[in-house]
Amino acid sequence: MSDQNNNKAEWPLWEVFIRSKAGLDHKHVGSLHAADAEMAIENARDVYTRRMEGVSIWVIESKYIHASDPDNAASLYEPANDKIYRHPTFYDLPDELKHM
Amino acid sequence: MTVRDFQEAFDEKIDKEIAIEPRDWMPDNYRKTLIRQISQHAHSEIVGMLPEGNWITRAPSLRRKAVLLAKVQDEAGHGLYLYSAAETLGITRDEMVEQLHSGKAKYSSIFNYPTTTWADIGAIGWLVDGAAIMNQVALCRTSYGPYARAMVRICKEESFHQRQGYEILLHMSKGTEIQRKMVQDAIDRWWWPSLMMFGPTDDDSPNTAQSMRWRVKRFTNDELRQRFIDVTVEQCKILGMELPDPELKWNEERGHFDYGPIDWEEFWNVVNGNGPCNRERLKARNDAWEKGAWVRDAALAYSEKRKKRAKEADTKAA
Amino acid sequence: MLDHLFYTLQLADNALILGHRLGEWCGHGPVLEQDIALTNISLDHIGQARSLYQHAAHLTNEIPQEQRAKIFQSVTLNNKINSGELLQEDDLPYLRDAWDFRNALLTEQPNGDWAYTVARSFFYDVFYFLYYTKLKDSKDAQLAAIAEKSLKEVAYHQRWSSEWMIRLGDGTEESKTRIQNAVNDYWQYSGELFVMSDAENAMLKKGIGVDAAALKPEWDAKVEAIFKEATLSIPEEKWMQKGGKQCRHSEHLGFILAELQYMQRAYPGMEW
Repeated sequence: MSDQNNNKAEWPLWEVFIRSKAGLDHKHVGSLHAADAEMAIENARDVYTRRMEGVSIWVIESKYIHASDPDNAASLYEPANDKIYRHPTFYDLPDELKHM
Repeated sequence: MTVRDFQEAFDEKIDKEIAIEPRDWMPDNYRKTLIRQISQHAHSEIVGMLPEGNWITRAPSLRRKAVLLAKVQDEAGHGLYLYSAAETLGITRDEMVEQLHSGKAKYSSIFNYPTTTWADIGAIGWLVDGAAIMNQVALCRTSYGPYARAMVRICKEESFHQRQGYEILLHMSKGTEIQRKMVQDAIDRWWWPSLMMFGPTDDDSPNTAQSMRWRVKRFTNDELRQRFIDVTVEQCKILGMELPDPELKWNEERGHFDYGPIDWEEFWNVVNGNGPCNRERLKARNDAWEKGAWVRDAALAYSEKRKKRAKEADTKAA
Repeated sequence: MLDHLFYTLQLADNALILGHRLGEWCGHGPVLEQDIALTNISLDHIGQARSLYQHAAHLTNEIPQEQRAKIFQSVTLNNKINSGELLQEDDLPYLRDAWDFRNALLTEQPNGDWAYTVARSFFYDVFYFLYYTKLKDSKDAQLAAIAEKSLKEVAYHQRWSSEWMIRLGDGTEESKTRIQNAVNDYWQYSGELFVMSDAENAMLKKGIGVDAAALKPEWDAKVEAIFKEATLSIPEEKWMQKGGKQCRHSEHLGFILAELQYMQRAYPGMEW
């Protein structure tokens, strides 16, 4: 949603992958917001490793991740949408509307 | 597959305790309930930084100062994990922040009480974090995958919070008469609001049944509250302090402590904006956000410029 | 011995006062991720300060009792010394008054907006990166060890503040104006970092301290490079404020200490 949001200037969302020690794969640990890749890596270090030395960090802007469909049949029902962060079923309804 | 098939598949997963993941089909209400619950939880972490942050500049030793900084920072981290979990449900952090700032979204009422002495930092760690942990440990097995994973991470970090709070009080309780008095005063003020943190009684909590069915909640408010009281009474004895409830006593038959009535009128007033610090807390959040707007814009503008320059350089090279 | 103590205090006070200032941001940052980053930096400074104060306490305790009671002008601290008690980590930060503090004026300047905080840190970080690089060869093994450990942290601080200088300078019109204003206002406090205090001169001779004045060309080069990338101009003002390193401070330090030492003042002698 972030890129269609009229309310400007939210820093992009990044997914963070960390190799916790040599010999292991990078593992997805979570996400964060950053203005650019350098900042995303530094923030990942601050947020997800609390500055441990010697770990390897990957970051990728969430919008570039394509995900498999958990249920192929779902494509008949949901519009094609493989962006992990975008879920069109959430509607923004007016506050006055109750019990819905 | 029809909607009904999807619903059945969803229900089956819930029954079998299979985690629901972001791209799985889920009922709209499940999504909405989660967004509300997770974002409220995230807001609580963020607003929760304020009453404790209050004491960072006045912490009584360098060690306490460093620990408090690290603790308040953890809360920022927890808020971040939770916002991230909610974002997988299709809402942006900015939207959630906007809901907090406009007063539309709620956060834990406890953070609308003031921290007036150093003992409050201990009491928050012991009682407020203690109450929060009861809830959070249960949520590590919640049905929504990203939420459960965020909670596991949070619980790992949270255990140090309660310990540091209790240690502050324990240290003070072995100190001077004045220090003991300060501890008791803090307990007197934080005890009842801590019990209110678990939310209204089960009779008065209409969404509980559905949330339990969805395994978004794993125990009722009253169950968690009782569990908290039972463990806290013992911990209080070790401090040599008293809990401010004359009706508190062991009930052999129930195997639990009985406790006096909670002032729900106060609770609802605080929830609805009339707590001692509601306005200040919201103002502090709004101020930080507004004063930060030009900073966020600048970072984004710089990033755009750089991308553009890189592109131009590429075109020239080609 | 006194110079050795004052030299250590100078380093400790810098780390504490800047760490304290940065800690004021906690919970009020422009975005969650940067709130966390800045708190990490604050924690690094406080951590450095703790190691340095432990060392300073040790150095004080080595001084003969009758001399020890005449070093500082703070009543509570002198009472403690006169009672014969040995000093510990918290005594020097929490019981001295402003005229016993030796931090550079730069560190006590207010946070202002994000731009002021970034500019202050940038001047300081570039300096301390160079400084600790030299201090790690100090003949005082304790100081050398602290410098070596801190160097890793400062390298990160320097990167953080440099990147923000560039982002703000080359960001929007507004951010450029704000960071240029901040630079113009805090520039006058950058010069003191290179003015050798008596303690620094004495320690340099003994191979314990660093020649701060000699770091100026490298500092200038780094600052110039970052300013260029940030499209900022270096202020023309040449007059520099000084005094902090010789215990003469701005009005701000007293207020910082009023908060920092509040508990020790209201409840003297108690442990928390």
